[in-house]
Formats: sequence, structure tokens, C-alpha cells
Amino acid sequence: MNYFPDEVLEHVFDFITSHKDRNSVSLVCKSWYKIERCSRQRVFIGNCYSISPERLIARFPGLKSLTLKGKPHFADFNLVPHDWGGFVYPWIKALAKSRIGLEELRLKRMVVSDESLELLSKSFVNFKSLVLVSCEGFTTDGLAAIAANCRFLRELDLQENEVDDHRGHWLSCFPESCTSLISLNFACLRGEVNLGALERLVSRSPNLKSLRLNRAVPLDTLQKLLMRAPQLVDLGIGSYVHDPFSEVYNKLKIAIQRCKSIRSLSGFLEVAPHCMSAIYPICGNLTFLNLSYAPGLHGNKLMKLIQHCRKLQRLWILDCIGDKGLGVVALTCKELQELRVFPSDPFGAGNAAVTEEGLVLVSAGCPKLNSLLYFCQQMTNAALITVAKNCPNFIRFRLCILDPIKPDPVTNQPLDEGFGAIVQSCKGLKRLSLSGLLTDQVFLYIGMYAEQLEMLSIAFAADSDKGMLYVLNGCKKLRKLEIRDCPFGDAALLEDVGKYETMRSLWMSSCEVTLGGCKSVAEKMPSLNVEIIDECEQMEFNLVDKQKVDKMYLYRTLVGHRKDAPEYVLIL
Amino acid sequence: MVFEKDLNLDATELRLGLPGSSKESLRISNKRALPDMNDDSGVAAAKKCDQETAPPTKAQVVGWPPIRSYRKNSLQTKKTEAETSGMYVKVSMDGAPYLRKIDLKVYKGYPELFKALEDMFKFKVGKYSEREGYNGSEFVPTYEDKDGDWMLAGDVPWEMFINACKRLRIVRGSEARGLGCVV
Repeated sequence: MNYFPDEVLEHVFDFITSHKDRNSVSLVCKSWYKIERCSRQRVFIGNCYSISPERLIARFPGLKSLTLKGKPHFADFNLVPHDWGGFVYPWIKALAKSRIGLEELRLKRMVVSDESLELLSKSFVNFKSLVLVSCEGFTTDGLAAIAANCRFLRELDLQENEVDDHRGHWLSCFPESCTSLISLNFACLRGEVNLGALERLVSRSPNLKSLRLNRAVPLDTLQKLLMRAPQLVDLGIGSYVHDPFSEVYNKLKIAIQRCKSIRSLSGFLEVAPHCMSAIYPICGNLTFLNLSYAPGLHGNKLMKLIQHCRKLQRLWILDCIGDKGLGVVALTCKELQELRVFPSDPFGAGNAAVTEEGLVLVSAGCPKLNSLLYFCQQMTNAALITVAKNCPNFIRFRLCILDPIKPDPVTNQPLDEGFGAIVQSCKGLKRLSLSGLLTDQVFLYIGMYAEQLEMLSIAFAADSDKGMLYVLNGCKKLRKLEIRDCPFGDAALLEDVGKYETMRSLWMSSCEVTLGGCKSVAEKMPSLNVEIIDECEQMEFNLVDKQKVDKMYLYRTLVGHRKDAPEYVLIL
Repeated sequence: MVFEKDLNLDATELRLGLPGSSKESLRISNKRALPDMNDDSGVAAAKKCDQETAPPTKAQVVGWPPIRSYRKNSLQTKKTEAETSGMYVKVSMDGAPYLRKIDLKVYKGYPELFKALEDMFKFKVGKYSEREGYNGSEFVPTYEDKDGDWMLAGDVPWEMFINACKRLRIVRGSEARGLGCVV
């Protein structure tokens, strides 16, 4: 294997950037493993409990960029109690102690304390990029530390985090010498920001390409910022409320017209719909439009806006767009690849929602569609079959019918055939979320056809263990399986425990698995952590094997039981 | 089954189905026959499930619909704000000893607003026309917009007006010349 000196191999490996490929390279032989590990700069860890920071540091001394994910996906929907885990502090502490020159940290669903942020900001001289997605545990004080201490900061990207906003002056903590910002996203902060400091920061950041503001930034500040940063590629508007006949609004129109590079637009956290015409000049270039936080924008004003967006590739929208609005999307956005339709009124009467009609229209009009998240009032088998025929390229297909066990309203049948058509037609499908009335049959189809499926989310479905077995036996590439409220029990769980070692994780809540069944898995598979999460602490008093388990989360790991689990988590 | 009764596992039993559904109906849906080749039974089973499972009280199901908490909280905040926050503006009238405050959100349009002002300050607004402003009255409703300019109330659509209006002032006719009134 060693026809070339190490440096040459290293140079070749530089061109291999995907994590999967680099992992494969490291398996070829010992010397490739060594060369690869010494030259690897970017590491992705999908489950922070699968490995320890010490082992990471030992293997990849050249680490520059680390991505970590903490809590399981269902934590997004309040199914995982707070302080279950996913703390980033031990990672930062270990990295700080080492010689690792960390430059980039990307975290998802982790608990991040101000202490961690401060330690991070002080430990890595060349730290450049911090991306936090769906994290919690920090305040604007932590952000102040990052701003103040990271002298070469390029990216501070906060996406949908729960941040305790102390209304401090974190923005003012960026020193005058900080001119390196490329990306700044603080849209999720709920408090006031120092507008003057913001303007000055933007003025001295000539490389700023992405700026996403929070609701506290008013229109007149927006106008000033745009005047200073016409080179922006990605803009998130905070407040967009003004009198269209005012001076400020005129100035805004001029400023927007100068921003010829904007390809991505989001925000409108507060919106006056009659002012949207100022945006039209940049709509024609947009490839990404996210209006999912703008319930004030709907009806004709929304449709008019969309009609200007002919180059759109990704659209995130609220269901107040209606089926009719989706029809406009279908006519206008021929390049559309990704559509996400969120509910504007999740517990409401359902007036605002979309139905299967909207989806069918989009599938007919947008043949490049490959990624879908669709919250709707209802769905029919016929519609799904049509969608499957129109769009065979789906990679991600997530359908959420607001009433989770609703059958096809026309035929009163379960939606087995519809989803069956999707998996049969979309041979590249990697991610699938099901809803509606579903029997074991749909899982038979999934096991049979969904050969590339990596992630499956199931809720309120199936009749028996067969459903789960079809999936476990059939989907060879399955990595993440999350199940809630299904009649799957020990027989399904125990059929093939070796399978779980080939997966990242399995979540089962409100199913029929028992403590005995979970214990059995843990006994047979020491390479798995089998966690029983029971907030009612019934496990304490009733450790009977026959007892059904409320929530079970199992995942493969190289480092055994974690030491930071709270009292209500039992690791078998 | 006897064993289960003794341990009173009913209280902690997991069920297929949603809270608020009756025990009976859930049993039925749980043990419903697998749909077989015979279409009739499949349809019947589905129909049965539909009828007997009580419609879920959506708000009670934890984690459903599956939206991120952040997004849910955002929507919640917006709804609450939209519903509860008022748009209070000061109203002054020339010659009146003190100002009043009104909540613009309370009114559906100009007619309701003017009626309220008329009642509050005991005057009459007069007839509006685009060309001539308000005719037939000594008093004219004006407002200060976000730019600080004094505008005649009634020109722009209502939604636009309430977003732009910072305060109201009812001016005497003699001063109102030049605000769209024919000289």
C-alpha cells in the first residue's frame, strides 16, 4: 500500500473531505489510519456520549473543527426532561487542557453554560467559529465573553436557542479591533441590543456576508446596516414595521436595491405586510426564503412576494399560505428543492392549515423537489401516490398530520399505501417521518423498499411487533430510529440486538417494552448504553421486570456508562 | 391477567392512543385485527377505530405536533402579544385642559375611532373626502407619524395608520388649513 511517502498520501487525503470517506480511508491499513488521523482537521460526533473527549484528542491531534450533538431528536418536542445530559463543558475543558488548536465548534441540542463559553473564549487563540443550534443553558453574558475574547472571530451563529437574555451589552463587547466577522446571527435573542454598537460593528466588518437580526432591531437601523453592508449574501430581518410613505421606508428601498448579492432572506419577526414591495427588487435572486416566523404575512401580500421569487430553491413557510398559496409556489418556483410548511396554529381550529391539495400542486409544479417537511390538516393515499410519481427524488420526506391517527378522509383507509408509494418510488430516501393512521403494512413496505433509509420517525402507528421487525430486518442502512406511542414490545426489541450496534441510536417511548426486555438488551450488548428515563421515578419503587418502560434510549458507545446522568435516568 | 390486577398496573399501564380516549376504545384499537386480503374487514376496522377512539384533545398530547419548543414558544408569544398588547396613543385636543389616551387596537376602523373621539371630546369630525379633507366641522383629526410629520387622519388604510400613528391631535379648523382642507 505504501507506494508513496506519507506526505504525498496526506496531500491526497486533503481532497477527501466527507466524514464518511475519511472514516473509510482510516480503515484501509495501519499506516493510512495513522496518516489520516494526524491530518484530520474536521470531526463530526453525532452522539456526544459515544466517545470521550480524551479519546478524541488522543486520536486527532490536528483537530480544528468539532461538531457535537447531544440530546436525542425527540428532545426538541419536550419528550426528554431537562438536565438529561448533553453538557458541553467537559469537552471544552478537556480540549482547553490539551494542545488542540480549536477553531470551530458546532453544537446541536447541547447544554452550554456561560462558564463553558467563557472557557472556550479564553482557551483557543485562533478560535473562529461558534455555531449553536437548539442549545440552552447560556445567557448573553456568555456571548459577551465570546465577543470580547475571540480576537479573530469570523462566525457567531445562534439558531433557535433558548437564551436567557440579560439585555446586557454583549454586542458592545466586540472590540474595535474586531473586523473579521463574516457571519453574525442573533435572531433568536429576545432582548434589546445596543443599536449603535451594532451599526459600528457592521461598519467595521467588510467581510460580513451573513447577518440575521433579532426582533429588537427596527427598520431604521436595518436601513442603516444595509447601507453599510451592501455585500451581504444572507439577511435576516428583525422588525419590519413602518409607514410605507415615510422617509425611512424610502431610504430602505434604496438600501435594499444596492444589496445585489442577497441570496437568502429570513426573519420578518415582526411584519407590516404592506411594506413588502421594498423587498421585490431582491426577490428575483433569492435561493432561500424563510418566512416561517412571520405569521403576519399571508394572503395576497404573501403570494405577491412569492411570485417574484423565481429562483427559489428552499422555502420555509407557515401554513397560512394555504393550498392556494402553494399553488402559486408551484407555478413560480420551478427550481424548488426543499419545502417546509410549519403550522401557524398548532392547537387551533385548523383554519389556516394546508391539505393534501397544496402538496400535490407543489409536487406537480416543482419536479426538483427532494426535501419536505409538511404539517397539514389531512392527507390522502391518492395524493401521496401522485406525489411519489411526480417527485421520485425525495431524500427527506417528513409528513405531519396534525391529528396523528387520522385516516385518509376520502376512503377512511390507513395511509399505508400512500407512504408505501413514497418509499417505493423514492429510491434515494434517507429520512422519513410518518403520521396518520398506519398499520403494520406500511412498515412492510418500508422494510422492503427503503434501502437507503437512515432515519425513521414513527408515532402512534402499527398494530404489532411485526411493524418494528419489518423495519429492523429490512432497512440495512438505518442509523436512527425513534418511536413513540406504538405497540412494539420486547419480542421486537430483542429479535436482533446486534442490529443496534450498526445504528447510532434507538428511542422508544410509550411503547410496550418492559424493563426486563431492556435489561436483556443491555446484558447481551455491552457496547450499548441502555437508558431508562423515568421522571415519575417509578423505577425506584417498582423494579419489576414486567414493568413497562416509559422512555428508553439506547445508543452505541465506546466509553461505557456516562457519569453525568441525573437521578431519574437508569443506565442498565 | 390476575397478576396484573393485583399489582394495579392499570394506573401505570401504557396504552396505544392518546390521553382523553376511553379505555374501552383503546383496547379495541389495540387489538384490532390485522387488515387482511378482505377489503371489507380492513375498512370496517379502520372505521371502527375512527368512530370509537375519542378525538384527541390536541393540547394534551405531549410533544405533538412535533414542533421545536423554540418555535412553539415564538408562536405563543406572538399570539399573546397580538391579543393582549394595546396600542395606546395620546390624544390631545386644542383647548382641552388635559390629554387622553386611547388604545387604537380596540377600533376596527376610522368610523369607530372617530366616534370614540367625538364622544370623548364632544365635537364632530365632519365629512371626509380625499380631495378636501374634512368638511363641515371646526375640528380635524390629525396624527403624528413615525417620521415626526403631522398627517391628516383618514388618508391611508387603517392597518397602515395604526402602525404609523404615534399620537393624535384634534386641531381647530382654522389651523387645519393646509392639511388637505380647501383654503
